Amino acid sequence: MLSQKTKETLLGPLNANNPVVVQILGICSALAVTVQLKPALVMGIAVTIIVAMANVIVSLIRNTIPMRVRIIVQLVVVAALVTLVSEILKAFAYDVAMQLSVYLGLIITNCILMGRLEAFAMTNKPWDSFLDGLGNGLGYAIILVIVAFVRELFGAGTLLGFRIIPDSWYAANGGFYENNGMMLMPAMALILVGCVIWVHRSINDEKK
Amino acid sequence: MEKFYQIWKKFGKNFEEGGKLAKLSSFYDAFDTFLFTPQTTAKRNGTHIHDGSDSKRTMIIVVLALVPAMLFGMFNVGYQHLDVTGQLLNGMTCALFWKALGFGILAVLPFIIVSYAVGLGIEFIVAQIKHEEVAEGFLVTGFIIPLIVPINTPLWQVAIAVAFAVIFAKEVFGGTGYNIFNVALITRAFLFFAYPSHMTGNEPFVRVGGTWGWDGGVDAVASATPLTQMSTGEELHIRFWDLVNGLIPGSVGETCIWAIALGALLLICTGVASWKTMFSVFVGGALTAFIFNRFGAADNAVAQYPWYWHLVSGGFAFGAVFMATDPVTSARTECGKWIYGFLIGAVAIVVRVLNPGYPEGMMLAILLMNAFAPLIDWCVVQSNISKRAKRSNSASVKLEK
Repeated sequence: MLSQKTKETLLGPLNANNPVVVQILGICSALAVTVQLKPALVMGIAVTIIVAMANVIVSLIRNTIPMRVRIIVQLVVVAALVTLVSEILKAFAYDVAMQLSVYLGLIITNCILMGRLEAFAMTNKPWDSFLDGLGNGLGYAIILVIVAFVRELFGAGTLLGFRIIPDSWYAANGGFYENNGMMLMPAMALILVGCVIWVHRSINDEKK
Repeated sequence: MEKFYQIWKKFGKNFEEGGKLAKLSSFYDAFDTFLFTPQTTAKRNGTHIHDGSDSKRTMIIVVLALVPAMLFGMFNVGYQHLDVTGQLLNGMTCALFWKALGFGILAVLPFIIVSYAVGLGIEFIVAQIKHEEVAEGFLVTGFIIPLIVPINTPLWQVAIAVAFAVIFAKEVFGGTGYNIFNVALITRAFLFFAYPSHMTGNEPFVRVGGTWGWDGGVDAVASATPLTQMSTGEELHIRFWDLVNGLIPGSVGETCIWAIALGALLLICTGVASWKTMFSVFVGGALTAFIFNRFGAADNAVAQYPWYWHLVSGGFAFGAVFMATDPVTSARTECGKWIYGFLIGAVAIVVRVLNPGYPEGMMLAILLMNAFAPLIDWCVVQSNISKRAKRSNSASVKLEK
């Protein structure tokens, strides 16, 4: 269905050219919103939509943007989309929007966005740009979900709010188990991202 | 070192054929190889290193220096247990002494086993993967960990913390000798942040219930450590010498200043640890505490405690002697050691006084200064270079004249 090149545009960012673990972009928000799985999931989806849409829009008007003011034009496009998404979230998923708080608005400064617009959308056609945005957004979302999965499971014993580790295990109820408070701290998120990079590199190095 | 060896050799005559202790000669042999091998040294002329000290011997001496603190700590664990369960109301007897020691050994031994099993296990696996020899580095770390962890910490948490510290504080940096932070302290810091309920408050430091079902079943309330009492503004029921003698609640190895002093003496005499670092930690702590005594807020209880109390309470002395002097993570230049030690003492007291959430600041102070040690060294080296450059420049200017 897809040619080799478009396939690489879409699937490359998921693994070999992942924006978080290979290009080390968007780390800041990856640490901030991954305490629980739900906000991480929403954040991942929001960024995916915004990158894809912004890529298409910028790609459509790429030939009319004067080179000197292109960053401002790109920012206006991104800002409009971010405002749109955050308003939609506030209307339909208020709790999650509050949890994401300032990081929702800060998608505008996410390096992945500006990176893709500058590096890809300015020089490629709309359909390719759309696939590129989709791939990069999903690549970002995958890492967020992995980190949030570990942090919520060991930090709170739940996943998406459902209890995974049974109540009877906890020390308060006569068991032995306790949640790991370290998982709730951003420092541990950084170590987890480091672990993901470690695993990713060792797998990819073996392939070579 | 030379003197020690001569005394040791003299002592060894007892173990020779026909000597008093001939039957124990294998014992002597084992310690001989541990402590004094390799004996081959370079010739005594020129600028060679004259002592065949290697990392194995250094490590063993540190472990020996830790033994008094460990033995006293074991006894103290039992003593605190007997005290809180009301068995000491009629005074100490010989039977109770042995009960206290036995109870303490049973309580501390699992920590030693878990710490070594997990740490050495990871070391062995990593050595296999990297095709290297197993380094001796964990010998000391594994011995220190039981001494600085509260006695009521669940063993599985200790295991996780040791694994975390060995992998992320040591192996990812390249293994023994390459770590930036003190591995034993990272273990404690992990426990401190991950499972805070076991690290502060009243319960962690005194074992009220039984050990392996022995001597349990008594309901009693443990008292907090002196530092916790200070930070919560409770009235202290102990005197200065209680803090020095160490029959008080606290982490296993940190309470008895005499035992730590014995270890410090061995470390300094053998030259394994730097007396400059140790001394300057105490100076920094004393000076800072003195300043708080003089100018601290009147309503801050901790600031008002006399400066010499600060030096003997909590983990200050233990940290100064065994953790700050870690040759891998501390400053290496001679001048840098003074600065490094002084700042550890100062920061530890500042944390104690100004942050009521952390009754003990020694752990955080040492970890913080671990991060700054390379910078301190760099500054010392740079200032020396520029000083010498200036000197040689002015000399050459004179010559031209």
